[in-house]
Order: sequence, then structure tokens, then C-alpha cells
Amino acid sequence: MNIQPFEPSHILALAPEIVLVISAAVIMLADVNRGRERKRELGVVAALGFGAALIAGLLFTLPALTADGQFGGMVRNDTAAFAFRILFLFAGLMTALIATDSPVIGKEGEFYLVLTGSVIGMNFMALSTDLVMLYLAIEASSIALYALAGSLRESDKSAESGLKYFLFGAFTSTVLLYGFSLLYGFTGSTNLFEIGAVIGQAGVGGVPTQPVILALLMVLIGLGFKVSAVPFHFWAPDVYEGAPTPITAFLSVASKAAGFAVLLRLLLTIFPGYGAIWTGIIAALALLTMTVGNLLAMQQRNIKRLLAYSSIAQAGYILLGLAAYYNLNTDGNVGGEHAIGAVVYYLGMYTLTNLVAFGVIVLVSRVTGSDEIADFSGLSRKSPGLALAMLVALLSLGGIPPLAGFFGKLYLFAAAAEANLLWLVIAGAVNALVALYYYLIVLKVIYLGQPKDEATFPVSRPYAFALWIGSLGVILVGVIAGPFVQIAQAAGTNFIR
Amino acid sequence: MTFPFLSVITFAPLVAGLGILLLPPERKDAARTTALVTAAFTVLLSGYLYFAYDQAAGGFQFVEDVAWIPQLGIRYHMGVDGFSLPMLLLTGIVLLTGVMISWGIEDRAREYMAFFLILSVGVFGVFAALDLFLFFFLLEIAVFPKFLMIVVWGYPKTREYGGMKLTLYLFLASLVALVGVLALYAALPAGARSFGLLDMAAANFSPELQRWAFPLIFGGFAIMGAIFPLHSWAPDGHVAAPTAISMMLAGVEMKIGMYAALRIGVYLLPEGAKFWAPVIVAFALVNVIYAAYIALIQKDFKYIIGFSSVSHMGLVMLGFATLNPLGLTGAGLQMFSHGVMTALFFSIVGMVYDRAHTRQLPELGGMMQRMPWAGIAFLVGGFTSMGMPGFSGFVAEIPIYMGLWQGVALDPLNLPGFMTTPWFFPLAAIISALSIVITAAYILLAVRRVFFGQLPAQFADLPDVSALDKTALVLLSGLMIVVGLYPAIMAPLVESGIQPVLQALGGG
Repeated sequence: MNIQPFEPSHILALAPEIVLVISAAVIMLADVNRGRERKRELGVVAALGFGAALIAGLLFTLPALTADGQFGGMVRNDTAAFAFRILFLFAGLMTALIATDSPVIGKEGEFYLVLTGSVIGMNFMALSTDLVMLYLAIEASSIALYALAGSLRESDKSAESGLKYFLFGAFTSTVLLYGFSLLYGFTGSTNLFEIGAVIGQAGVGGVPTQPVILALLMVLIGLGFKVSAVPFHFWAPDVYEGAPTPITAFLSVASKAAGFAVLLRLLLTIFPGYGAIWTGIIAALALLTMTVGNLLAMQQRNIKRLLAYSSIAQAGYILLGLAAYYNLNTDGNVGGEHAIGAVVYYLGMYTLTNLVAFGVIVLVSRVTGSDEIADFSGLSRKSPGLALAMLVALLSLGGIPPLAGFFGKLYLFAAAAEANLLWLVIAGAVNALVALYYYLIVLKVIYLGQPKDEATFPVSRPYAFALWIGSLGVILVGVIAGPFVQIAQAAGTNFIR
Repeated sequence: MTFPFLSVITFAPLVAGLGILLLPPERKDAARTTALVTAAFTVLLSGYLYFAYDQAAGGFQFVEDVAWIPQLGIRYHMGVDGFSLPMLLLTGIVLLTGVMISWGIEDRAREYMAFFLILSVGVFGVFAALDLFLFFFLLEIAVFPKFLMIVVWGYPKTREYGGMKLTLYLFLASLVALVGVLALYAALPAGARSFGLLDMAAANFSPELQRWAFPLIFGGFAIMGAIFPLHSWAPDGHVAAPTAISMMLAGVEMKIGMYAALRIGVYLLPEGAKFWAPVIVAFALVNVIYAAYIALIQKDFKYIIGFSSVSHMGLVMLGFATLNPLGLTGAGLQMFSHGVMTALFFSIVGMVYDRAHTRQLPELGGMMQRMPWAGIAFLVGGFTSMGMPGFSGFVAEIPIYMGLWQGVALDPLNLPGFMTTPWFFPLAAIISALSIVITAAYILLAVRRVFFGQLPAQFADLPDVSALDKTALVLLSGLMIVVGLYPAIMAPLVESGIQPVLQALGGG
């Protein structure tokens, strides 16, 4: 990669982030100037900000396949960064729309402000190609998320959630930072590409192998926490259950995707020469993560906890794709971008799907006041539209066509099969069966259960808009998969080179 | 570009189903009529294809081929041949008769008809798919409609258990097969990887790969055809399902498993098939005899039919395992014959239950007096089931037994000794022929205890079946007689359809 010193034209590459900063300022001003009763509009303001950033991203940051390091190598606006930024902006947009109808937080200006800040941090997580910049980005998004998780001030569970998230997060962040310092210490550079060039192959070249492996393990621990891979997942169910539901949605998709963006960037830029070592670890993590996540999800009675464990399991499938990378790349003929493309596609479709599921949960639990699965009883009779959205979301998570989850899983499994990891494909298939079981249980309650009361579920306009976009998106991404696969593979190529 | 017949047949029910969901819920008759017209349309169209197919030319016809996801070598590729056309016709007929006998459903009739149509989308499509991704895509579209229809409209006591069991078993079956297909996909040379059936058929997979991938693919699809010991989902699920769904699941869905076992399993992996054929015979024999025996001792009318389909699917597997033209043709005919027969049986069980509100044999009797049409149709189905000459069961089962008698173990490597002896296949033929006796016993028992004997007093004024029911009964039993008396209407077509498989096996 060529590293270019700063030029004014580089600023355009950060257009979405600049829009977000402006949007944050607008939210702050509007928050001060609005009366309490009109604050729900703040959510729409935040959503418009995300929408504007999304458009700016599509207009100005669509990169060429051969991207240079900009701002003196601090960031690189490549297709990988592009795909993930679009994903984060979309997640932010949907979260803001979902939050407008949430009790308490929906009327807090700070909520949308911090949410916007967190997305800025995530965007830089995808962009950064420098250890310092990367760590700043991770902390910027994480600290915002700790605050968001604890933002229901009257709820003990939310406070517990925020504190727990903060303690676990701070600890693993230190481990990650220690790994970074080792990398800097042994290579003398903070730029990822330069570090990668110095480290090279395992056992070859000047850098001793042991400290590199130590740094690799620390990176895996630090990011294993972010993506909630087993055995670093213990925080996730409690945090997901206690946090306000829109934030649970945001954590389960955007935060996880950001963790994967950094994991991909580090493993494929700094440690490609150590692929033989980390492939085994990632494969083991994938197996553990999907199995433990699915087995525990089966026993849940609370829908947020069920989706928390399900999202742990989904991280396992994604790791499966990452494990396929190394064997494919050494195969010579087939590029590893196939495997990484599968990871990126899966993250995109998973983001879309999970946001729809949580969108329905927010609406239902606002009326029923709890998050028990039993509360969904008879939803199909009371509100067929909401039931249909939930159906689309859960079946997509379960991997049923024509929804995006089917092609997502097939793509991952195909990559793993190509990489001679058939045992992992079999494990994934068994897990898909277990997962379908508990998704069907929820759908059975929705479609077969009798309504307990006459309560209705009013759906506001921005909300209905978000759910429609999401549900149609899940179908379209699954049926017209080609163009999305193309972007995902281009992103994979950029992660590798 | 010719007219896309296959896409129209496949997706017309989807369009109609979604259209029905948009109707107001109280317009039940509009929903029913739309479903009926759509189903009749698919029957006409698949009937047209059946007779317009050029047997002399052979091969896949009415082909549609468009790039879909080029990065993974996935195409939207459809086409039919002599092996799939009878299945397409069968699906249409079961759909049509299923709509006819479901006319009386009042509980959420609109959703019922819509989901029934949507369920059939996957079924039509899989018989036409020539791309394995498209095949699984369409196959699994049916997962949820199936589950929903059983748990919402099924038999209240067992629907939740039966529906979940059936759905998970079928999903398991498709996953096992999918793992095998992915192994084949990965075995193609890098850069030329494709999910195309014909691409894979041309690939000549190594014998080692074929030997270990065959049990995955054939076995996975055989679960869908209810192979012993993974057969228990079929009776439980079919008994729990509402009548039309039992017809569709037992009549057509089980055939998808067998169809794919041949079209994907045997066709792509001929060496694997040769290696495992005696093992398939062993398992299928258990199916044929054991399930027939279980059917004999059932007290529940619907369970008799449920186990009888497991037994008959065993015969299809036996036919496949012979790997010779006789056995394969017989199996192809048996798939059609059994599909029609089972649909007929389940529809009659449904008619009896709807009126008598019991399915227990000891509580029934004398139904011939109240519903003679159903009784006569049941007799026709029963004769077919026993393999009586003049009915389609005969023209299907005799070739299977003959093929089995001729069969030999083609690849005797590493199998237990007795499976490779020259008497193994003939012995299997003799044992499986015993099932004719057991089948006759349970069918005649059911006929005597349901339709003849003393009519219990509380059933003295049961209403007869409706005119639509009669139409469905005549249609289904008529087909069995037509194919039975004039096998030339179907046998040559099926024979032409199995030619590629025979060529792959090195004979033909």
C-alpha cells in the first residue's frame, strides 16, 4: 500500500463522519431548544443525520479497488471500510427510528447524541490502518456504548448492564492495548501495513515468533470480547437483557460488526503469515461459539436473552468463514476473498435481520411491559404485520430461503467446504437445526397462541417505515444476492491486500 | 427464449397465494375459488408439458437458464425430463384435489388456502430445478408453510409435537444432503465451481469421494423418503397434519426425497451407488416389511395409511438400489402411483373423520352405507396398494421385484460377505414380495372395519361426501386405473427419463 501524506482531497473520504459530527451538533442544539413534549422528534432528526451520512458515504467514499493510505497512513478508504461504514450508518439509522417509540430514552437528546458519537467511532474502526488511530476509535465507540447500556436510570438491570459492560470492556481493552504495545515494540511502527511487512511469515525474518504469537493471542482475546465469542461471551446476555432494547439491537449488530471489522483488518494485515496458527484457534472458537450459543438459547424464556444467545451463535457462524480464509488463500487458485466475502455478506444480512427482530420486540414490550416470549402469544391475530416482520426476521436467522439468512449460511458453508473444513460445515449444519428449533418455538407462540388480552400495538409512521425497509431488505438481499456478494467480495479483497 | 412454462407453473401458486392474503378475511369463497382456479391451471399446464415433451429427443426440455449469483456459479436453471414430468403432474393433481377436499375448512380459510398454495411453490420448483442451489432454495421455502399449517390446522392433540418433529426431521434431511452437495461443490476444480447439476454430472468425481459422499446425499434425501430407522416423523407428522397437507406431504413431499436421491445421489455419484446398493436394499427391506407390519396392528385409521406410505417408499428405494432399467422404471412409476394412492387414502380418512369425528377402527363400521363413493374409491386405492393387476400399483411393483431378482452387487468391495453373494438380491426380492400379503391384510382389515360390518347407531344419519369430494375421488382413482390399464401412457416416458442415470452407471 502507498502511504500518501495529507492532501485536502482526503477530507472528502471522511464525508460521512463529518456529516455525523454536524448532525450531533444539531441534535444538541435541538435538545436544548425543544420542550419536553416534542423531544420524540429528536429521533427523527438523528435518523435524518444518519440518512444524510449514508448518502454522503455512497456519493463520496465509493473507493477504487486499489486504495492508498490517506492522512499519512492513519486511515484507508477502501471497499472494506466502505462496506462496514454503510452497515454502521444503516444500523444507526434503524436504531434511531426504533428508539423514537421507546419509553424514557426515546425522549432523551443525550441518547441520540451518544448514539451518533458511537457510530463515528465505529466508522473509524473500519477506516483505521494505524494502531493509535484504531485504539482511539475502539474506545470512542465503546465508551459511548457503556453509557448507552446504562441509560435507563430508573432500572437496576440497566445500571448493572452498563457497569458490567464497562468492567468487562475496560479489562479486555487493556489486554488489546498491551498486544498493540508489543507489536509496536517489536516492529517500531504503528502503521498496520508496515507492521505486517516487518512481521512477515512465522519463523522467518527478524521478529521473534513468541512475542508475535503473544500479541496475536491478546488481539484475539480483546476482539473476542467485542464479537462475544465463547469463552469471552459472559457479559453479553446480561448486558443485552438489561440495556434499553434499541441499544441491545445496536450492540448485537453494529458493535459486533465493528469488532469483526477490526479483527479482519488485524488478522489479514498484520498476521497473514501466522495464518496456520490462528486458523486453528478461530475454528475452535467458531465451533464453541455456535454450539454454546445455540444450546443456551434453547432454554431461554425471555426474548431478549434468547436473541442474545442467538447472536452469540451467529458470531460462531461468522468465525467459521474467517477460519476458512487461510486454507483458501494458500490453495493458490482461489482467493481467500471468497471466505472474507462470505463473512462480510453474513454480517450485512445479520445486521438487517436482527434490527427487524428487535424492532418488533421494542413495540411489543412497550405495550406488555415485559420481554417474556409468552407475551407474544397470539400476536398474529392482533397485529398480522408485526407477526410477519418477526416471521421474516426469525426465519432469516434460522437460515430459511428466500430470506437472506439462507444464502448467508450457504455462502459461509461453501467457503468452509472449499477450505477442507467439512467437519466445521457439519457442526454448522447441526447448529442450524438446533437454532431452527427455538426460532420455530417463538413462531409457534406468535401464530398458534391465543391473545391474552385486547391490547393493541400502535405503530407510528417512522417505525413502520423502518420495519418495512428492514423486512423487504431481508428478502431482497436474499433473492438478488449477486450485487451484494460482489461488494462483499471486493471488501474481502481489500482486507487481504 | 421460449415461454417460461416451468417458472409459470412454479410461481403461479405464489402469486395467487399472496393475492389471496390480500383479500378481506370474510371473503372465504373468493379465496377458495382462486385457489381452485390456480390449482387447475397448474394441472393443465403440467399436463400440457407432459404430452408436449418430445420423447424421441429426450433430455431436458422447456429449459430456462439465467445467471443468478455468478460468484458462486449459481444459475437459475430449470428443465424437465421424463423422470420429473410425472412428478410435476402429480404435484398439480394433489394440489387440485387438496383444494377440493379442503372446501369445508372454515377456520381462517383465507390463510389456509394461501399457505397451501405457497407450500406447493417449493414442491413444483424442486422437480424442475437443474441447479442444486435453486433446488435447496425452493425445497426449504416450504419449511415454514408446512410447520405453520400443521400446528394451526392440524389434529389438536398431536399437532405441536407432530409438526415440530416433521419439520425438524425434514430440515435435518436437507442439511445432511446439503453437506454432501457442498463436498461435491468443493471437489470441483477451483475456478470452475458450480452448483449446476449437469456441471457436476460431467465432473467425474473420484471413487473415494463418491463412496463417502453418497451416504450423505442419498441418506439425507432418503430421510425425506422416510427410510428406516429415521422414518417415525412421517406417520406422526402426517397424522397430525390437516387432510390436504397430509396428501401433499405423503403424496408429493416424500417423493421429493426419492426423486432427489436418484437425480442427485445416484446420477452424480454412480460409483458410490454401486458400492452402497446392497446396504440400501437391507435398509429398504426393513422399511417394506416392518412398516407394513406396524400398519397391520394400528387401531387408528390414519396411522395405517401413514405406515403404509413408509412401507411403499421402501419399495421405491428397493427399485433404486437395483440400478438396472427394470427396477428404476418401476421405482419411477411407483412414485407416481403411490403419490396418487396416498393422496386418495388420506383424503378418504379425512372425509370419514370429518363426519364421524373418530378415526379409531373399533368405533367405525358400515361407512359404505353412508358414503359409498369414498368406500369404492378406497377399494380402488387398496387394490393399487396391494399391486393387483389392472391398477397402477401392479405396473409399478412388478418391475421392481423383477429388477431386484436380477440385481447383483456391482461393487463388492469391503461389504459384509452375505451382501455380495449371488443370492442376496433374489432373497431380498422374495422377502419384499411378502409385503404384498401383509399389505393385503391391513388394507382388507381396514376396508372391513371401516366400510363394511355394522353401522354404529350414532352414525346412522351421517351426510354423504360433497360433490367436490366426489370429483376429487374420481380423479384420483381414475388415474390409478388409467395407468394400470394403459401403462404405455407413462412407462416409456419414465424409461426415457432414467437413461442419463443408466449411462452414468455405465449401462443403459
